[in-house]
Amino acid sequence: MARNPVTWMGVPTFPKAAQEALGDSQLRSNLRHATHTIRDKRAAAVGEVPDWERLRRAGEAIKDETLAHLDTYLQKLEAAVTSRGGVVHWARDAAEANAIVLKLARAAGADEVVKVKSMATAEIGLNEALEEGGVTAIETDLAELIVQLGNDRPSHILVPAIHRNRSEVREIFRNQMPEAPADLSSEPKALAEAARRHLRKKFLSAKVAVSGANFAVADTGSIMVVESEGNGRMCLTLPQTLITVMGIEKLVPTSRDLEVFLQLLPRSSTAERMNPYTSMWTGVTPGDGPQEFHLILLDNGRTATLSDPVGRQALRCIRCSACLNVCPVYERTGGQSYGSVYPGPIGAILTPQLVDDPHDKQAASLPFASSLCGACFEVCPVRIDIPEVLTHLRARAVAEKSKMSPEALAMSAMATMFADPRKYALAQRAGAAAAKLAPSGSVSRLPFPGSRWTATRDMPMPATESFRTWWKTNRKDSDE
Amino acid sequence: MTTAQHESPTSRPAAGMRVALMATCLTDTLYPHTARAVVTLLERLGCTVEFPLSQTCCGQMHFNTGYRDDATRLASRMNEVFDGYTAVVAPSGSCAAMVRDIYPKLPGVGEDLAHRMYELSEFLVDVLGVTDVGAYFPHRVTYHPTCHSLRMLGVGERPLQLLRAVRGIDLIELPAAESCCGFGGTFAVKNAETSSAMLSDKMRCVLNTGAEVLTAGDNSCLMHIGGGLSRLRTGVHTLHLADILASTEEDPWHVTQ
Ligand code: SF4
Repeated sequence: MARNPVTWMGVPTFPKAAQEALGDSQLRSNLRHATHTIRDKRAAAVGEVPDWERLRRAGEAIKDETLAHLDTYLQKLEAAVTSRGGVVHWARDAAEANAIVLKLARAAGADEVVKVKSMATAEIGLNEALEEGGVTAIETDLAELIVQLGNDRPSHILVPAIHRNRSEVREIFRNQMPEAPADLSSEPKALAEAARRHLRKKFLSAKVAVSGANFAVADTGSIMVVESEGNGRMCLTLPQTLITVMGIEKLVPTSRDLEVFLQLLPRSSTAERMNPYTSMWTGVTPGDGPQEFHLILLDNGRTATLSDPVGRQALRCIRCSACLNVCPVYERTGGQSYGSVYPGPIGAILTPQLVDDPHDKQAASLPFASSLCGACFEVCPVRIDIPEVLTHLRARAVAEKSKMSPEALAMSAMATMFADPRKYALAQRAGAAAAKLAPSGSVSRLPFPGSRWTATRDMPMPATESFRTWWKTNRKDSDE
Repeated sequence: MTTAQHESPTSRPAAGMRVALMATCLTDTLYPHTARAVVTLLERLGCTVEFPLSQTCCGQMHFNTGYRDDATRLASRMNEVFDGYTAVVAPSGSCAAMVRDIYPKLPGVGEDLAHRMYELSEFLVDVLGVTDVGAYFPHRVTYHPTCHSLRMLGVGERPLQLLRAVRGIDLIELPAAESCCGFGGTFAVKNAETSSAMLSDKMRCVLNTGAEVLTAGDNSCLMHIGGGLSRLRTGVHTLHLADILASTEEDPWHVTQ
């Protein structure tokens, strides 16, 4: 297994996984509906802000500055957290981070922990690791809870259960929640109420909570979580011990910087002017809230990503999910085809970098899972040039491949042909001769790999007279 | 060959401007009529068109598939081929974007050609300053703004301004126009099923318009959508913007040809 197990074991490469998803018409209609609704709302919310482009540039600049001096800012953060009574732990990879959380949970005498949605803990498979160690993790974000109870995998950054519709959620609750009423309806209100009852008991009894972080402020040591339901706030305030697992890229230098991101994030993610709950805490406060606070700073492939001058921009990501919602590939295939907690365009560039293992076939297929249409870059609030990173990672993947692979040989043969205008003209003439075999001007069946094209599309044949031949015959005097 | 005059993309040339046509390998080989249409059109507007015969392919497919060395080799060639021309015009948003956005990032290629590269509609509107090119095309037409024209080049309304000025045209708005058609070069083969799913949604939108002709500024996307429309025997034709703009009352394009 790769050192950083960001991808799920056993998921096939993207084209295969996508093929399965494409066959699921319920999934496609759930997704189309959900992504189109949020896409339109986002456009409207962003349209209200006159200086959106400047905000994006500011977000980009703050994140770049942070990443350029990450070591300094992380040390500042550590010092600030420590001085306010928190404890900072450094984890190189998933195994180290999981071991720290398990040890802390056991020390607190907890066999159950409540969790507020966190991508970092999903990335490292914390729930499974805790389970193995005899500690049950309970997701408190509604969508996360649906995924957890359904024994499912997340398919979206913000709405992990986006692939489920209401009646599917109702079925999951009825089967998995002992206290769910027998006549539970699929109305959102009824579903939310059932979840609320289920979770309330957990909030009141849990000794330990585990959270992620949207932002951490280096100079004050404050951690921030933004959410919509308020369940997160319960986790952050009620238990005695609070453990935050955070990717090392999530910090900003000063609290002033939050002003930029608190505008960029809600509009980009939920299309709201302001998210309903913003919680912020700094170390511990005697007699108020958790009395123990642990911050786990997770690397898990981030330092390696940072060392790549083109790829590192992926670390600017604030996990708003706007790129997923506009992506035409995500819209058709859903998030699970990407085989990791980071789906969609950002997943296609972040996952392979975090995994950092050319032998992980799923991860290696991801940079190719894009038509390079550029819609993701257009919406990204921190201006991550996702298409640029995609082609960069494709080049990396090609460099790993044998120069003798059929594709590499074909590409090199074509380049050689294109590098010589005479060879190119010869190839055109050969094509035109072959075209005579298809009097209709197109073919509907090509041998492999062309068959991948002609499965659904006719292929035009070369014209009997190429443009250059026409030019030579009719205009050559004006050239050369 | 006269000496090179490097101008910024917004400056206006004198009449009789000398223009180099970058036909693109796809149009040269599969759609030569489009390249001829560009010549007809530009000459009608008073330009002198040249076609350096040593041009081949811009290297976009190699670049996008991850074969950087091959792409760089082809880019350097094109750089030399078009050395000395004030303006280079291509009937392709994606090839123009390759030259403009990617060439400067390739080792040893530089920005020189990027500054002189125009996609056709940009050249007509920004450089020649025309939107009415005297075209006549009495058909129901819908326009697909290809992704690279739209997002990498930002051609915006230009193609539509040109189309609106065409006499006889019945221009119908394409629903979900900005959605990708699913071509994406080798993506269409590597992720064929996903590409086809995107294509079928695009085709449904095209069919909903009731248009006879789908046009765009890029023959590659048109090859993809046209290949699907032809497979389904929809009877909808795909035709490059240049072919429509070159069509006149004296010399009209026949949609059935
Ligand atoms: S890459 Fe950009 S758009 Fe996508 S989730 Fe991250 S911040 Fe949002």
